[in-house]
Amino acid sequence: MNKTSNNNIDRRGFLKSGAMLGGGLVIGFVLPASAKQLRKLNSPAPNVYFSPNAFLRVGVDDSINITLTHVEMGQGIWTTLSMLIAEELDADWKNISIEHSPAGKSYVHTAWGLQITGGSSSTWSEFDRYRQAGATARVLLVQAAAQKFGVKPEDCRTENGMVISGSQKASYGELATAAAGLPVPANVTLRNPDQWKYIGKGVKRLDAPDKVNGAAKYGMDVHFPGLLTALVAHAPVIGGKVISFDATAAKAVAGVRDVVEVPTGIAVIADHFWAAKKGRNALKIVWDPGPNTSLNSATQMADYKKQADGKGLPALEKGNVETGLSKAAKIVEVEYEFPYLAHAAMEPINCSVKIGDNKCEIWTGTQLPGIDQAAAAAILGFKPEQVEMITPYLGGGFGRRATPTSDFVSEAVHIAKACGKPIKMVWTREDDMRAAYYRPAFLHRMRIGVNAAGYPVAWKQTIVGQSIMAGTMFESMIANGIDSASVEGVSDSPYTTALADAYVGLHSPKVPVHVLWFRSVGNTHTAYAMETIIDDLAARAGKDPLAYRQELLKDHKRHLSALNLAAEKAGWGKPLPKGHFQGIAVHESFLSFVAQVAEISLDEHGHVKIHKVTCAIDCGLAVNPDGVKAQMESGIVFGITMALYGEITIEKGMVQQSNFHDYKIARMYEAPAIDVFIVPSTEKMGGAGEPCVPPTAPAIANAIFAATGKRLRKLPFGNNNLKQA
Amino acid sequence: MAKFIINNKEYEADVPADMPLLWVLRDVIGLTGTKFGCGVAQCGACTVHLNGEAVRSCVTLVSRADGQHITTIEGLSADSNHALQRAWLEEDVPQCGYCQSGQLMSAAVLLRENPNPTDSDIDDAMSGNICRCGTYPRIRKAIHLAAKLQKEGGAK
Repeated sequence: MNKTSNNNIDRRGFLKSGAMLGGGLVIGFVLPASAKQLRKLNSPAPNVYFSPNAFLRVGVDDSINITLTHVEMGQGIWTTLSMLIAEELDADWKNISIEHSPAGKSYVHTAWGLQITGGSSSTWSEFDRYRQAGATARVLLVQAAAQKFGVKPEDCRTENGMVISGSQKASYGELATAAAGLPVPANVTLRNPDQWKYIGKGVKRLDAPDKVNGAAKYGMDVHFPGLLTALVAHAPVIGGKVISFDATAAKAVAGVRDVVEVPTGIAVIADHFWAAKKGRNALKIVWDPGPNTSLNSATQMADYKKQADGKGLPALEKGNVETGLSKAAKIVEVEYEFPYLAHAAMEPINCSVKIGDNKCEIWTGTQLPGIDQAAAAAILGFKPEQVEMITPYLGGGFGRRATPTSDFVSEAVHIAKACGKPIKMVWTREDDMRAAYYRPAFLHRMRIGVNAAGYPVAWKQTIVGQSIMAGTMFESMIANGIDSASVEGVSDSPYTTALADAYVGLHSPKVPVHVLWFRSVGNTHTAYAMETIIDDLAARAGKDPLAYRQELLKDHKRHLSALNLAAEKAGWGKPLPKGHFQGIAVHESFLSFVAQVAEISLDEHGHVKIHKVTCAIDCGLAVNPDGVKAQMESGIVFGITMALYGEITIEKGMVQQSNFHDYKIARMYEAPAIDVFIVPSTEKMGGAGEPCVPPTAPAIANAIFAATGKRLRKLPFGNNNLKQA
Repeated sequence: MAKFIINNKEYEADVPADMPLLWVLRDVIGLTGTKFGCGVAQCGACTVHLNGEAVRSCVTLVSRADGQHITTIEGLSADSNHALQRAWLEEDVPQCGYCQSGQLMSAAVLLRENPNPTDSDIDDAMSGNICRCGTYPRIRKAIHLAAKLQKEGGAK
């Protein structure tokens, strides 16, 4: 069994007790470019463990410890990135253990320049760096062995954590200390694909053993003597503020230690969650509801419709769309509405903070540790390096734990600072649902001109919805007023970009609701609009939805390869069981191409039963094929929730949903059989964690159309009366 | 002073009668394998066994659990060798993993009461446990596999 521990809490224990890794018995391998760091790592000081850029350490006990800059939040990245190192190192898989890196410049994303886990980018962005780290280590170990054996390096080979030459052999652990003294090679040769043992093959998840026996530690599980639990009373109205509060009754609750005001509300600090919750219930707070009491989802969408009458800023402009439309044989006009969505990860938001004289320790599941570190430092008047970020497992992320504003980390730091005690701030599910950041609500209006054969010739689309990046540190990525996260999947769609006359206009209204990326981001709504309208156009043209797409996508071989594989495996066009219907969708996002066929039936009440989803992905090389399959399954279930249930509504400035009874998540009985097929591909690598989501809702909606003739232009479509128009 | 027999070990805790068992386990005793997900018996992440029956510990008060036998995920088996745990590993079920303690504890009662569950039995027994990562298809496969392992005499 793999000795896997994400647990930086344990890790710190090791250091304090000096039990395992001190004494210079561990070497750190870094990239050739960082050779200076390696010498530092050779020093016997215990802080060897925290030295930056150590992706890989080989212990004298044969342990292989990999420091991952990317966090494990379910997507399986621990396993996939470890495969890259193990491949080039020729490591014994059972000796590998993993930990999350601290925050630090050495850990920034290879393409994006900040420390982030997101954008379905971890595998492609680390594919070279991690393989090189493994290869560098292997070269040094072989050199050390060659010296020990008195042979040339080229007379040595490696196998499963051993260097072998003739009858002599030595384990990596035996060679580790000697290898640490050797100069780092400037260049290393990576293996050819035909030599791969791990890449593209199956391995078991490294984090699974800890996740079946309760041992896996999440932020919520941080526990040390003196740590108190803090719950915060937030303003019920978005943007509300505390006028005054009376904590007398709260402080009288057994176990409550303190009540403090922080910028975001009133925090109750207690020995444990239950006392904090009772204390919070006993608070008497007078709120200033603030300026947003007229905020209302229905009127907001009505306002979006008015805004859509305007042209908007051009996200795509080709030819003259009005002229193009005027020449079309027929015009199709439709509107789509999408609500706010809550990420609703299973682990509610939490963050533990311990502030000392010159340092602060923060334990939290975060996708943006560097940004959170800087935010905490600013609150405390510290330098960022005085704030240590410790990242346990994330109990789901989906974008919520990548907040450019560091909202929950800041709140927890404020509480710890105000009360002067180490605290674990815990949000209840209701807090998590309401004090949240949401996938923005969107309106799409389309005017599409088709020719006599029913194919589009002119395409006008107006999109209205809040910008995710506006007002954040990512604002500079907004070019000419266009937040690509609002229009991705439309302005770059093969359906729009192929036309001579096309216009995609964007309105980005300012609304006082916090918005954030959400698994597959803009594609959550754009793919739905695009893939259901294409289905609609096919039906209006009297054409098969697959054939119609094949015609439009004939120059897009990766769309086609996914589409055709999904259709073939789903038995598209073949007879189905009585009452079953299929719908299809294909979408590119995060550099991958995913097609899905949903097979459904409807009962007499108009409840949809999703029997099966057949999925095909072209993501280029699939480093970890079973990991890719797991992500496709995950995204499909995520997409089912989005299609049927996902909706946050606001009335009088207050979020109406609170918990899983009114923000429903798809359950076991709603999960279809899922078949996933990976297109054998040598194309550019793409992502997996997000591209799985976009095609699901449109594929289901298109299947419902096949069953009912009814087009569903508003998400979620619920699971009721779907037979009625 | 409330008393509990948790994973065959006796514990005493000075906790109020209206405190949910979940917080006794997590915040007082330090058994953090049982998870907080919703607090209102909607998600199943906090599922434990109370005298052998699956209960949602977030709404099971100390007054009910006092003096009773409780099994948590840490006590499901000595070394992850319960048929379900082996099947979970074989099918690589967990993703973020946060809900999996509860999933396993619900499945354990299902499998004990119904050693050969159908898909429909699995739907009935497991639909109280939410997985936001959508591991349901693998959970289903793993329960079927565990049933098989159990029949082959591999179960504890």
